[in-house]
Amino acid sequence: MRFALRRLGFFLLTLWAALTLNFVLPRLMPGNPAVAMIAKFKGGVSPQALKALETQFGVQTHQSLISQYGSYVGNMATGKFGVSLSQYPASVGHIVMDAIPWTLGLVGITTIFAFLLGTGIGILGAWRRGGLLDSIMPPTFVITSVIPYFWLGLVLILIFGVQLKWLPYFFSYDYTLTPSFSLSFIGNVIEHAILPAVTLLITTIGTWILTMRNTMITTLAEDYVRMARAKGLPSRRIMLDYAARNAILPNLTGFAMSLGFVLGGAILIEYVFNYQGVGYWLLAAVDNEDYPLMQALFLLITVAVLVAILISDIATAVLDPRTRDAG
Amino acid sequence: MSSGAAEPVPAMADTAAGVRRGRFRRRLEAVPGLQATTGATYQPEHPDAILDVRDLSVEYLLDSGTVVAVDRVSFALMPGEFVAIVGESGCGKSTLLFAIAQLLSPPAEIIGGSVTFAGRNMVELTDSALNAIRWKDLSVVMQSAMNALNPVKSIGAQFKDVMRAHGVTARQEIASRSAEVLRMVGIDPIHLDSYPHQLSGGMRQRSMIAMALLFTPELVIMDEPTSALDVVAQRSLMVQIAELKERFGFAVIFVTHDMSLVSHFSDRLMVMYAGQVAELGPTRQLFDSPAHPYTVGLMDAFPSIRGPRRPLSGIPGSPPDLARPPQGCRFAPRCPKVMDRCQADPPGLYQVDGIDVRCFLYEGAVGADRWSKP
Amino acid sequence: MAMIRPLSAPGPDLPVPVSRLSARSRNPAVRGLQRMTTAIRSNRKATWGFVLLVLFCLVSAFPWVLAHDDPSAMIYPVSLGPSAHHLLGTTGLGQDMFAQLIWGARPVLLIAFGVGLGATGIAVLIGVAAAYLGGWWDAVLNLVVDVLLVIPLFPLLIIIAGYLHSAGTLVMIAVITFTGWSYTARQLRSQALSLRNRDFLEAARVRGERRLYIVVVEIIPTMTSLIVASFLTNALYAVLFSTSLQFIGLGDPTVVSWGTMLRSAENNEAFQTGQALWIIAPGLCIVGLGAAFALLNYAFDEIGNPALRPLRRARVKRSG
Repeated sequence: MRFALRRLGFFLLTLWAALTLNFVLPRLMPGNPAVAMIAKFKGGVSPQALKALETQFGVQTHQSLISQYGSYVGNMATGKFGVSLSQYPASVGHIVMDAIPWTLGLVGITTIFAFLLGTGIGILGAWRRGGLLDSIMPPTFVITSVIPYFWLGLVLILIFGVQLKWLPYFFSYDYTLTPSFSLSFIGNVIEHAILPAVTLLITTIGTWILTMRNTMITTLAEDYVRMARAKGLPSRRIMLDYAARNAILPNLTGFAMSLGFVLGGAILIEYVFNYQGVGYWLLAAVDNEDYPLMQALFLLITVAVLVAILISDIATAVLDPRTRDAG
Repeated sequence: MSSGAAEPVPAMADTAAGVRRGRFRRRLEAVPGLQATTGATYQPEHPDAILDVRDLSVEYLLDSGTVVAVDRVSFALMPGEFVAIVGESGCGKSTLLFAIAQLLSPPAEIIGGSVTFAGRNMVELTDSALNAIRWKDLSVVMQSAMNALNPVKSIGAQFKDVMRAHGVTARQEIASRSAEVLRMVGIDPIHLDSYPHQLSGGMRQRSMIAMALLFTPELVIMDEPTSALDVVAQRSLMVQIAELKERFGFAVIFVTHDMSLVSHFSDRLMVMYAGQVAELGPTRQLFDSPAHPYTVGLMDAFPSIRGPRRPLSGIPGSPPDLARPPQGCRFAPRCPKVMDRCQADPPGLYQVDGIDVRCFLYEGAVGADRWSKP
Repeated sequence: MAMIRPLSAPGPDLPVPVSRLSARSRNPAVRGLQRMTTAIRSNRKATWGFVLLVLFCLVSAFPWVLAHDDPSAMIYPVSLGPSAHHLLGTTGLGQDMFAQLIWGARPVLLIAFGVGLGATGIAVLIGVAAAYLGGWWDAVLNLVVDVLLVIPLFPLLIIIAGYLHSAGTLVMIAVITFTGWSYTARQLRSQALSLRNRDFLEAARVRGERRLYIVVVEIIPTMTSLIVASFLTNALYAVLFSTSLQFIGLGDPTVVSWGTMLRSAENNEAFQTGQALWIIAPGLCIVGLGAAFALLNYAFDEIGNPALRPLRRARVKRSG
């Protein structure tokens, strides 16, 4: 229980830090960039919205820094993220809500799949030390994990989209169609998701494979694995129940931490494929100097990472009886 | 079988070739339908022995070269006998133990010799054939129970794994047997649901012993099971082991660096040095009149609670680098009784008064070379 | 970016056969370096990585040796294929692609080394301070590090770069350094903690040495291999992040760099016009440099944890 409370406290602290960063950054930059932004949108935005922006970004306002901060945090906490400038009059919240399912689908499903597949390959590679799989694995996957996400996307588009024309590579579905839950639409969505998903898979799977392999190798040297052999347990049970179950524990926390990186890469992939998820909108917002939208998306991504960490904490507690007793 | 020069065991005399043959045979046996022919091609010298180790050698393949950690060790174990293997760190005793139990993993590898148990040479057996023997006839107790027990499974679950692996599937039977063995070692069966980290060190060690006795095997191998405990717990564990041995009649091979601990419990004592057997014989005799200069040094190094006070003596120097073992006797650089011959020729194992000693001091004593020449 | 994280901090006691070292220095930092050079020579991955890295360094230091044309000059006919005159052809803007590639190496390497040194420096400072000062300091610094670790780095970078509109090399270095030091700080702190109670430190304390002396002269040199590993990690980070930022247009478009090359490639519809080389060449260079850092880093992992090294005999060995 105490452990859970401490974690919760940590999450809140991190959220607070992200909020504060959002607040502080534009005010730190040489010549408050918000000034330029507000000037740009002056004509097309209602006066109340403009006033709200000025307060949010500390431009020409009579309020003290502290009260600006207070109202800012208050707004964020109550979900008043403001209006999007580039997509005026759509509210930021609205845009964000629209974008989340796409990112969740693409990135979420692919990452889970990559993690499971990668972990499985890692386990096998470690189990069959000295085999062909084991000797080509490390250098191969070390190299695949340094491939820039966006570049791989470009290359795949080049090969499969432009040259071979096998798969579509623009947007998350054929925009001449109207979205529905029909089978053909879903099929279309899946078709559009293939290239981005494969890009994400190839670039991220290397890390899962190698980390699992390495922890597995260390675990296999443990006494209890040797003991399991001594007891005459069947190979598969030793590999899974005794070795893998212990080896995966440090990787679960690593998984959650890596999610931050994966989300970063997903941003690039969405950009390259014009896939309108959270990352795409973040970059569009940056391009358009739509700071309210930018800030909200940043907060959202931070929350996503925190949620992932929470889930991995729970998973670790479920799988490892030692943590249950510690907290 | 008369004692006298014995024929070196044929198939395994060649080291690498023999292992290759063994591997090939294992692969053959893995083919379904092919009859397993495991080495029953020679007569063990002690037909009553439950374990007959002959010329067992183990090598470590390192980046810097090969290290022979166990050099042609031989001994035979009678049913119900308690043999203690002692020696300083790095002398190869744990490696020997794991080699006997076929638990070595890379970079360690058995490069020669045989381990005959229950009439079959275990070195040549396939994993599946070994698994049938494992735990039912031969079980292992390791040094640190904290490391030897799976930290994420309860004790009971680990017991269940073993029993199910050997054909016991009825839930009732599993439960009752698990409870029974725990009671045997003085642990309340309620702890079957506990995880290893929830038990005290002594309890963990005893539950390991309980697990080892699930099938009341003929032989229990123990690798320094008391090292992780305090002296009081050590003694009580030894007493427990002795009691169980009395009750169930299993043989014990006990590896330790603490000679005084086993002195009251072991029937025979084997002193190892630098991967070789230095001395092997009945415990009492070794303590009363040690033959090998190394054993003498060891005995002298242990102060006695009773008797006159005398200054502690140690054995100067340190064990040889096994990557480049010395040409002659391995103990020669540190031996107070060293002779010219010792530096040049390696001594064989000579028998005197029922003790095997690897020392030129006893060459030509009563009883000829019984074991294979170095 | 998927990261190859060092999984086991290379401990200070690396097993090296005595016969290999000709003269063992008493200085732990020099000893650490000696161990590393031996290790690099013996581990194949490390050797490849090192050679690659040196190659890139040379190219970026002396670009005029290989490429004579001015990379930014848009004076050539557009979109030519590879020829003797233009080794890789020309870009859609009429620049010589080969020259761009060669000259483009310098900013990338500057950023890599800049961030590598900067972030590692900060990480060592904070990590060791936290471990050594202990108590309240440790708790606070640890918390800061942990929070920074969780906050997603790339989005943060995007936002900062977004406010700045355009980030030249120096700004890039600063921004990436100040957001990225926390990861390696944590590892360094762990190792420093484990060293804190070692005997040789007790000896120093008993001798009456001042705390700063102990930290600088005793602790840090022992952590040499982990510090080098941190440098490699941070440099790798920097390469991937900076090229990504440049690609999405947040870099400085006047600087010729692999990232900006890819940006102009995309802007000028390189696919549609069939200019695959414009996209492939800079990308391969990024992968190459990244691989150099990553291979060295991975090799260090193996060196620190001998169990991970490839088995000597090629033989399928089931662990069962």
